[in-house]
Amino acid sequence: MIPAQFEYIAAGSAEHAISLLSEHGDDAKLLAGGHSLLPMMKLRLATPELLIDIGGLSDLAGVSTDGDDLVIGATTRHADLAASELARAEAPLLAYAAAQVGDPQIRHRGTIGGSLSHADPAADLPMALVALGGSVALQGPNGTRKVAADDFFVSYFETAMQPDELLIAVRVPRRPGVPWGYQKFVRRANDWAIVGVAAVDGRIALANMGPTPLRATAAEQALAAGATAAEAAVYAGEGTSPGEDMHGDREYRRHLAQVLTRRALQHETG
Amino acid sequence: MMRIELTVNGEKRSDEVEPRLLLVHYLREVLGLRAANIGCDTTSCGACTVLLDGKSVKSCTVLTVQAAGHDVVTAEGLAPDGELHPVQAAFRQNHGLQCGFCTPGMVMATVGLLSENPHPTEQQAREALEGNLCRCTGYHNIIRSVLAAAEAPEKGAQLTGVAENAEVSA
Repeated sequence: MIPAQFEYIAAGSAEHAISLLSEHGDDAKLLAGGHSLLPMMKLRLATPELLIDIGGLSDLAGVSTDGDDLVIGATTRHADLAASELARAEAPLLAYAAAQVGDPQIRHRGTIGGSLSHADPAADLPMALVALGGSVALQGPNGTRKVAADDFFVSYFETAMQPDELLIAVRVPRRPGVPWGYQKFVRRANDWAIVGVAAVDGRIALANMGPTPLRATAAEQALAAGATAAEAAVYAGEGTSPGEDMHGDREYRRHLAQVLTRRALQHETG
Repeated sequence: MMRIELTVNGEKRSDEVEPRLLLVHYLREVLGLRAANIGCDTTSCGACTVLLDGKSVKSCTVLTVQAAGHDVVTAEGLAPDGELHPVQAAFRQNHGLQCGFCTPGMVMATVGLLSENPHPTEQQAREALEGNLCRCTGYHNIIRSVLAAAEAPEKGAQLTGVAENAEVSA
């Protein structure tokens, strides 16, 4: 399969990319690792007229700390995040999530900014960002704004980002030593979650249980009121709207959400 | 069309390419390097795996222009003088293939794996090859081959049979 024709510009800086976005609007798409965008272009589900490549902007890559936050540059590749000693110490849930994306080849190319911008509700990193209560920094022609994870994901493959904005960095609170759990239920290697659950510090996020990664609010409230993991997990399906496909119907997904939430709250990974 | 420069199997290349030309098509059709196969064409099967700056990638999901200025190695580049790379030798010695279609991708993914983790456990080897599908389902000998390659003392060494720790559970 071959994508439709497009023009290609390797951006020289974030500002260059943003000015190109401002000029071309919806006709342009940002390219970093390309592991969400290129498959869509090959299927002609996306036919941008211009690709603006930010994959070479090394100043947008890397993991660092800033006060109470861990900061991950947008073009940090999944493999680099998964291997980052800093990330593994300060936000182990995030590093673990990065290691669950796709397969090694995909993790060598895909970037955290790309995965979050693509906003697949079944994906690992959007769920992890919501569980961690993180945020993204969006740079546009008029400056940079910070958007909380809970507000960033709007619907299926849709975010609060404007067409002339560039996701430049991701922030999550540092939580060294805080217990966490992560569950990803799949039937095939390198697949997306049929249902996923990430839990840390009283926050619970669900993947593939609705149009965005969702908070399991009722279960969180039960936990806060003193419920055990098993008791709280019963509420994990409340307020969700999972889809149906060959992997399972809604009832099955709600059941999975309960089982996986219990395991995540018991700090299991898998 | 865009002029790009890159290194493929140690040789500097300069070519005019369309931005939409996929790396696997560039390798196969422009350069005539046919080791990387097009299997699923959807980033799943790994038959098109090559090394980009030493890291395994699926060349069906990389634009050639994204590889500009970078270093690409295909299976052809593993044995420039005709002497098998230790990973290739291990696959041969342990019969790590059946029909052979997935083999170039398996070999390149293994070379990438061993550069990051020179002595993987069997479990690590299996997980590291999760992006490569063998449609003959010949995974046991593939894993044996990976573990044997990890035991090879040095590039070019003759490999003699399955390595000691390469016992694979059924």
